Amino acid sequence: MNPALFDRPGVYLAVAAFLLAVGIFGLIQRRTLIGMLIAGELIFSAASLNFMALNRFVAPDPAVGQIAVLFVMGLAAAEVVIALSIIIAVYRNYRSIRVKELAELKG
Amino acid sequence: MSAFPLLGPLATGIFGLVVAITVLGAVVAVFTRRIIRAVAGLALCALGLAGLYYFLQSPFLALMEILIYIGAVCVVIVFGIMLSEPDEPALAPAGRRELGWSALALGVSAALGGGVAYVSLHGPWPAPAAAAGDGSVAAIGSALLTTYSLPFELISLVLLVAILGALAIARGGRGAP
Repeated sequence: MNPALFDRPGVYLAVAAFLLAVGIFGLIQRRTLIGMLIAGELIFSAASLNFMALNRFVAPDPAVGQIAVLFVMGLAAAEVVIALSIIIAVYRNYRSIRVKELAELKG
Repeated sequence: MSAFPLLGPLATGIFGLVVAITVLGAVVAVFTRRIIRAVAGLALCALGLAGLYYFLQSPFLALMEILIYIGAVCVVIVFGIMLSEPDEPALAPAGRRELGWSALALGVSAALGGGVAYVSLHGPWPAPAAAAGDGSVAAIGSALLTTYSLPFELISLVLLVAILGALAIARGGRGAP
């Protein structure tokens, strides 16, 4: 008998792959900095879900993956804080956060 | 026959609901035009991810996901939106180049996601030979303070530097007109 749907590692990994694909699409497609930041968060979530799925089904010690995901969450929070402060500084100087108009450093 | 014959289908149904919430949240977060709706989609996606973590036998991380992503990250992004401009600019009319870039982005992400999904659905995922530890909150705590104490301390340093850096960056140029 097949295991239930929530007992197969492939299902979780496929959901994580979908999150990764959507995040990359958003990262290319979005035209404001905050939209790109949100897409980046989706990619972080995909990585965390991969860690957790492999931790549950493949790794011998089920505490290791949870600790890795905790570290990923902490780094993601720090990244959001830094990115938002940069966005606010950019908005104060340019009155815009559209990617097209922030071309001063472009050669 | 177990005592609760409906337990299996019920759990499968809840699992499907959780996966649907995650996928819907991710789609809303990327495809909507208003940025505030994108943040709401991110929060929805985090809620679904918390459910997935619960199915992966880690209620502690489900709680942490809700606490950090919905409670901290989404709220901070909402503040960032309030301090800058709220909306994505409207699409330029009949932009052939933009349409081409969108098609390219869709192709790249679909190829990547499809490939990874194919590998993960067809690959062999061998079960571990012997389980070591139970993955409880007590096990996580003692591992954080023994085996992983150096990364634990380093990440607190990273958070401290991030707070100071955010203050320094966001404060600069405030007095200027």
